[in-house]
Amino acid sequence: MHSARERRKVSVSALVLSAPELEAVGLSLKVAFWCMIASLPLGIAMAWLLARRQFPGKHLVNGLVHLPLVLPPVAVGYLLLLLLGREGPLGAALYETFGITVAFTWKGAAIASAVMGFPLLVRAIRLSLETVDRGLEAAARTLGAKPWRVFLTVTLPLTLPGILTGAILAFARSLGEFGATITFVSNIPGETRTLPLAIYTLSQTPDGDAAALRLVILSFLLAMAALVTSEILARRMLVRLGM
Amino acid sequence: MLEVAVQGEFGAFALDMAFTAGSDGITALFGRSGAGKTLLVNMLAGLVRPRAGRIALDGTALFDSAAHIDLKPEARRLGYVFQDSRLFPHMSVRGNLVYGRPKRAADRRVDFDHVVTLLGIEPLLERRPKALSGGEKQRVAIGRALLAEPRLLLMDEPLAALDAARKAEILPYIERLRDDLKIPIVYVSHAMEEIVRLADTVVLVSGGRIAAHGPIEEIMGRLDLRPLTGRYEAGAVISATVEGHDERYALTSLRFAGGVLTVPRVELEPGATLRVRVRARDVALALAPPKDTSVLNVFRGTVTEVGAERGPQVDLKLDIGAPLWARVTARSFDALGIEVGKPVYALIKAVALDRHSLGWVGAARFRGDEDGTGI
Repeated sequence: MHSARERRKVSVSALVLSAPELEAVGLSLKVAFWCMIASLPLGIAMAWLLARRQFPGKHLVNGLVHLPLVLPPVAVGYLLLLLLGREGPLGAALYETFGITVAFTWKGAAIASAVMGFPLLVRAIRLSLETVDRGLEAAARTLGAKPWRVFLTVTLPLTLPGILTGAILAFARSLGEFGATITFVSNIPGETRTLPLAIYTLSQTPDGDAAALRLVILSFLLAMAALVTSEILARRMLVRLGM
Repeated sequence: MLEVAVQGEFGAFALDMAFTAGSDGITALFGRSGAGKTLLVNMLAGLVRPRAGRIALDGTALFDSAAHIDLKPEARRLGYVFQDSRLFPHMSVRGNLVYGRPKRAADRRVDFDHVVTLLGIEPLLERRPKALSGGEKQRVAIGRALLAEPRLLLMDEPLAALDAARKAEILPYIERLRDDLKIPIVYVSHAMEEIVRLADTVVLVSGGRIAAHGPIEEIMGRLDLRPLTGRYEAGAVISATVEGHDERYALTSLRFAGGVLTVPRVELEPGATLRVRVRARDVALALAPPKDTSVLNVFRGTVTEVGAERGPQVDLKLDIGAPLWARVTARSFDALGIEVGKPVYALIKAVALDRHSLGWVGAARFRGDEDGTGI
């Protein structure tokens, strides 16, 4: 084993991604994209509920939303498995009515990272929502706009900076999600083996170090790209919003 | 016609007001800050719910606690111009203006181009609110409210956040609205000079209640309301008609119930009606008609009321054919032996009646407003 772990010379070919590595990158981006898209409407609705509404059990809901921040990711993954696995109450219903299986599929990976990123998403949108001038909404209503139109034409556009920040955070969080994913959907090459899982696998494999390092660097670049993009977009948006 | 009778409690503040306002012209809600003016306007707009009462416009209830009617703000069709303009920052001026436009062309009676021209905001259409001055913002806000085709326009201290120059810039536009568009306006202010220029009727608000309600000349003529209408700026409001101009000295003669008043030139055609506010401190008294004086306006009259408040200064109400107020020192009061019923001569300097004391009403129009057809 030891001899197999000896470092080989770093050659140019070492920088080229192998097919399974490319697969992991592609899968990660797919999972992160769908995680972001699927959690955005829910995140906006939840942020609005928490920022604007008073209802019994609000503290409880707020706590539940933030739970993934403090709970061990493995615990979240296990809960998801219990809930959404084929035998779980929700998972069984999903399979019986729609024929959809999420456990041990990439969809499940997207759900796992969506749950983990949800607090970040909701927080960013909620903060932005709380800075929207309610007077503007009142003005829109005196101009004959119904609440839905006020939301779509005034509230939502003015919340866009927060929505963007939240979406990018959820995306980046998904790229890095490990514990909940591996517990809920396991580590299946081509289906649920995202970048972090691939790095983990490589680190456990003889001769995997160079490949693991390549993926680490790649993860770093992807995360940086996401954050820089969000920064640039946010600035442009502020200008467009006239702020 | 707007009928209002509302009650509500907000923390320690209780509001209980009832009044009616006519179908045209400007009704002013006047009172100090904290008197409940904005709260009342928000109730009219449907942004604050009264505990009980009724609000009706032209016979239709907007709010009626007994009948369980409470129309939502968007269903009331009342235009609202806020003190802080509240333009949508993410839209252009044009986007703001058309926000409240009715969807069907058949429902649009107010012409977009006419309003834009009326308010002088044509050059601003493609700009963002951020790039506008305070006065420009307020003009756009007025246009936006008008273009939503309101049945009544609420204006909550639209000039309060502006400096004197910007105020002077906007007042003529509001006068045009009143005269051109024939839309009833409820105008909230704590500045008497605005109200004298704009309003026909005043609702005097104090501590959540209505202290008095009536034509502005009458309200301003009441000594007992002086603590509310203000001491320093206090004066009589006189309705007058332009009789003619003295081109050589740039003066205008105004005919009123007590005779002819000479003021600095006003750009109005003969026959136009206007209101003049004569502040009590600008009126001097004499027992005999003065000779060799620079004062252009001398009226014979009698003292009808002596203010109860005796200090270094005494307020008097005179009858010169129209009610007039004078404020004199206690020393002059004693020296002239003034008492109710005593005949006196009231002296008013023409130069004291500046632009801010004059407000035109009704048929009066700006020169250069060739259109003048209304909408």
